[in-house]
Formats: sequence, structure tokens, C-alpha cells
Amino acid sequence: MSAQAQAAPQAAHPQDELLRTDRIPHIWCSGCGIGIAFGSLMAAIAKCDTPRDDISVVSGIGCTGRLAGYIHLDSFHTTHGRAIPFATGLHLTRPQNKVIVASGDGDLLAIGGNHFIHAARRNVDLTVICVNNFNYGMTGGQLAPSTPFGAKTTTTPMGSPDEPFNFCALAAACGATYVARWTALHIRRLTTAISEAMNKKGFSFVEVIAPCPTAFGRRNKIRRSLDLLRFYYERSVVKNHLAPGEATIDFDNKLVVGKFVDIERPTYLDQYDMVNRGELEAWPATGVDASAAGQRKAG
Amino acid sequence: MAGKAVLTGTHFMNGDEACCEGALAAGCRFFAGYPITPATEVAERMSRRLPQVGGVFVQMEDEIASMAAILGGSWGGAKSMTSTSGPGYSLMLENIGLGLCTETPCVVCNVQRAGPSTGLPTLVGQGDMMQARWGSHGVYEVIAVAPASPQEMFDFTIKAFNLSEEFRLPVTILADEVVGHMNERVVVPPADQIVVKDRLKPTVPKESYLPYQPGPYGVAPMANAGDGYYMHVTGLTHDERGYPGMDAATQVEMTTRLRDKIQNNLERILDYDTVMLDDAEVAVVAYGISARSARGAVLAARERGLKVGLIKLNVVWPFPEQFFRELAPKVKAMIMPEINLGQMVLELERVVGGRCPVELVAHPGGAIITPDRIIKAVQAALEEKP
Repeated sequence: MSAQAQAAPQAAHPQDELLRTDRIPHIWCSGCGIGIAFGSLMAAIAKCDTPRDDISVVSGIGCTGRLAGYIHLDSFHTTHGRAIPFATGLHLTRPQNKVIVASGDGDLLAIGGNHFIHAARRNVDLTVICVNNFNYGMTGGQLAPSTPFGAKTTTTPMGSPDEPFNFCALAAACGATYVARWTALHIRRLTTAISEAMNKKGFSFVEVIAPCPTAFGRRNKIRRSLDLLRFYYERSVVKNHLAPGEATIDFDNKLVVGKFVDIERPTYLDQYDMVNRGELEAWPATGVDASAAGQRKAG
Repeated sequence: MAGKAVLTGTHFMNGDEACCEGALAAGCRFFAGYPITPATEVAERMSRRLPQVGGVFVQMEDEIASMAAILGGSWGGAKSMTSTSGPGYSLMLENIGLGLCTETPCVVCNVQRAGPSTGLPTLVGQGDMMQARWGSHGVYEVIAVAPASPQEMFDFTIKAFNLSEEFRLPVTILADEVVGHMNERVVVPPADQIVVKDRLKPTVPKESYLPYQPGPYGVAPMANAGDGYYMHVTGLTHDERGYPGMDAATQVEMTTRLRDKIQNNLERILDYDTVMLDDAEVAVVAYGISARSARGAVLAARERGLKVGLIKLNVVWPFPEQFFRELAPKVKAMIMPEINLGQMVLELERVVGGRCPVELVAHPGGAIITPDRIIKAVQAALEEKP
């Protein structure tokens, strides 16, 4: 402990204010991309107009799930896959709360996939940041819903037979109001995307393609973090406003990044309040002519 | 569309509906749930009633999400609740564990039906009693109440909320299909006559707040999201700061806290009624709908001159160990009817420890236990040679 304290740099880090500095050092491996995503998130929060008391961060389980434990805000480290429904309750009971969900691809879109699609459908006002490192890092590198076809993990030793998800296409199809994807080397664009997502009303989604040299790179012959970062960055092509279904993650041709969706849609609470004020027309808007139906039956 | 939270007056309603009114009277303002027989009426009434009192209802995609949402809702500062039956309760146990670990007040109403699996969706069971105690993995204490009538669905839902706020944990209402669907008179008192308890709030400066430092009676005051305490809440084993501590010492400290806040406050938690127990030679011990059968049996047996009494458990977890230890040498036998093949009777046997015989009157579910079966068991116990 004292050796660590002596080795610690004397100057404060500019983001210390948003960090639980008493919990540093963190658990992430050297070369991990989560730190970059975390830095971008803190930069976006620093620029945000919302009072700090009204910002909460919720995560699930996994490497990215530990992010909530390092941020100096109201922060909730929940169960595997359940960050989004927990965040839903937190937001619906305190609508002024800006609730940010930050978690990994396995947490949000494998075990938590059902919650993800339904929160997007309801358009709950959440900002969801998904750090996609193409595998389960915390447990040592197993198959994830993002693992590329053919990539090796500890549970796909001969290469993955699974077809991966396109998370951005999924989010858009389910009704997300903001959808973007950047790699961990697009730091400024990533920070801007998180800021825009936080300011967006409704379910906003930012995917961060991040290196995991320890678990994923190692088994796929890209052991150095910089090589992995470059591997993603060099294959990326920026295509803003491309139809999300075409925004592929193709390592041979093009790994599409950009802002794909930025739309307006009433949130769950907007609609909940509207229907409970009795302002909604009866459904269906064009009612069935009961007398005509009766005549047909009689005839 | 304003409405009253407390519907003072005399009503004719079923147990599920009475549960809703109890919740609203206790201050519940957030409900997240998923439809399931025989608890659906709880969700249906909450969807109508909550907007009337400024609350929010949301139907989630499953029971896992429902339970997660009410934990989030509770940290958002709203008294929160969900309702379900066995299959949904199985799914909720994951996040009930999170609620126990993070000491999150909320209420789960389990209107039990017969199982296992899908079982008998529309028919009664009491098969989730041990599940409520041990169903989530790990080491913890729980509180569960067992209403036996629509009136008790109202009263015990308030009690469940009060206990959850006082002791910071998810409290389960172990109701059953008959109690949930039975229509009876329910009296809702005036609002000012209903005791409502709220979680303790921190009073210390923000810099010195330790979110899991036991306060008065061993329970830590709780800050809500937005109060400016910037607390960290985790399902990992954590210390008084709420920070993960990945070692045995922190596990010992945390689980001791979780145990002590219940075990050191039993006098504030335990609740049972006794009927004609003073001179009883046989004691019938029952809970939920089976306590109604047992009451009928005890009254009928007394008319025949049999010296029998009833202990009706209102709080089933924690179990009143001391009471039964002291009662055991004073009676010839104890009889427990339950709509399962023997769950709470195991606890009773453990506590009695052979000091008197304990007999089970069991039904696997789908029907209630009729009083005549209990009377026969009483007669048999009285005829037994010492």
C-alpha cells in the first residue's frame, strides 16, 4: 500500500473530480480499451449541463461493468444483464435523473438482450454505452454475441461457428433515438457521440469497439494493444447516417463507424403521461361501424 | 385523473386487489411487473390506480426485469413493488439476491399456485415457502409475511412495506391463490390511523457518509439517488463504504451485518396470533389459507371438548424459534397443515428438536386442506399414549 502510494504521481489528474480516486488502481488490464471509453464518458459528463447530483451510472457484470465502481457519482453495479431494467426503475421514479448505462457487449446483448430490445422499444430515456471487445474478458475470453465468425475464444477453440449481432442495427430496429459506433481510437468523435447521446431524449446507444489484448487478441494472434487498436481503426470507414443494417463490422473489407440514427420520438414517460391525462384518442382511430357489421351478420 | 391513495371505507374485494390498496396506503408509488395467474389482478389494479396518485406503473418484459426495475425504483426514492406467482418468483430470485446484498427496500407479492414448473396456474399451493427463505444463492436473512384473508392482504402489505423500509430488504408476501382470489370484506381505515414507516435518511455530512455503516438498531441509513451522496451500490461483497472487498474478512463483516439486522431485532419483526392455546394439549401451527382451515378445525374440535389451540404465523420468516422451543414441552404434539409435502414443518421440527411430536397434514396443491383432516390429526395426537 505504502509502496503504491509512493509510486503514485503527485499531480492530480484532470478527471480526478469524477473518479473515486480511493479505488485506484483499477482492475483493468494494461492495453484495455475500457479506460478510453471511460475517459470519453467522463469528458462528456464534465461538459454536461445536468447537475452532478442528477446523473447516475448503472452497469451490469463484466469488465466494463466495473466502471460504475470507479465513477464518483451515484453508481450502481447490478446483476449480469440487468443494468437496463434497473436503470429503467431508477429513471421512471426520478425522471430528472440522467441515467447512463455502461456495460459490455455480453452483459447488454447476450444475457441482457431481451431487456435491451424492450427498453429501446419503450424508448426509456437512457443513455446506453456498450464497450464491445468481442469476447467475455472478465471470465478469461469466451464466446460473446459479438465474437466474429471464425474468431477463437476459449469456448470456440477451433473458431466461432456463431454469426455475431450487429448491435447498432438491432438498436435502430428496436426504436433507439440515437445510434453511433466508434472505435477506441476515435476518441474525440466518441466523446462527442456520448455527449450527444446524453443530451438526446429517449433510448440512445453508443457502441465502442475496444481492444482486449489479454483475452481476445492473444488467442487471435494480435497480442499487442496498439496492434489491436490499429487493426480496428485502419479497417474503419466513417459513414454517418448510413442505414444501420448496412453498418457492418467486416474485418476484411469495412468496419463501418459513424452516427447512424439521430431522431426524435416521444419517450415512455411522455406517452405514459399523455395517456393517463386522457388525451389519447380511442384506439383504433377509425372505429369499426358496429351497425354495418351487425347488418352483414344478419344478412 | 386524481384519486385517493387511501380508500377509507368498507369494501368487498379480492385479496389481490386488497394487496394493491395496502401498497398504496403504505406509500407505494412504483410498480413494475409481468402478468401471471393468480397474481395478475395485482398488476391490473396497480396499472389503473398508480397514475391516479402520481405513481408510475410499467409492465416489463419478464419477471427478471420487473425485479431489477423495482430495485432501481427504490434507489430512485419511490416505495416499489412487484407481484408474481411461482414461475415468476423463480426468475425474480436473482435480483431479490441483489436487493438483499445491496439492502434495498421493496416488496414482492408471491400469490402461490401449485408447482413445480407451470403446475396448476389457477389453483392453490404453498410450495414456495422454503424458496422464499433459501431460493437466492448465498448467505442472508429474509422477512416474509403470510396473509390468510383479503383483509390481511391489505394489512400485511402495509406491514411488508414497513418492514422493508425499517430493515432495508426485499420483503416477500407469501400469499396463495385462494387468498388472492377470494372476495371478502376489507376495511380500509382512515389514512391517519395507518402506521407508515419510511427508510432512515443519512444525517451526517456527505463527506463522512458510509452507506453501509449500521445505524440505530443495526440498519444503515439510506441515501437515495439524487441526494448528492454519490454512493456506490454493488452486488459484490462490499464494506461499509459500499466498496467491493474481495476477501473473506469483508464477506464475514457484510454477512454478519445482514444477519444481525434481522436476528437482533426479532421482537420488532416476529408476529403470530394464538387461539385457545392456554390449556391446549395439541397445538396446530399454520399460515396463509391453511390457517383458515386450521382455525375452523380448532373451533370445531373445541366444541367436541378437545383441548387444542392454534398458532397462526403472520410472519413466517424469520421463524419464531424461541416461542416454539418454549411451547414444545407444554404440549403433547404440534400439527402443521400446509399445501406442500412438508416445508415449514421441517423448520418446526428443527426448532422443537424432539421435545414433542410434530405431525404434518399435507396436500400437494390444487385444493385447500379441509378442517376435518386437521381434526382427525388432532384426535390421533390426543389418543397417542405418552
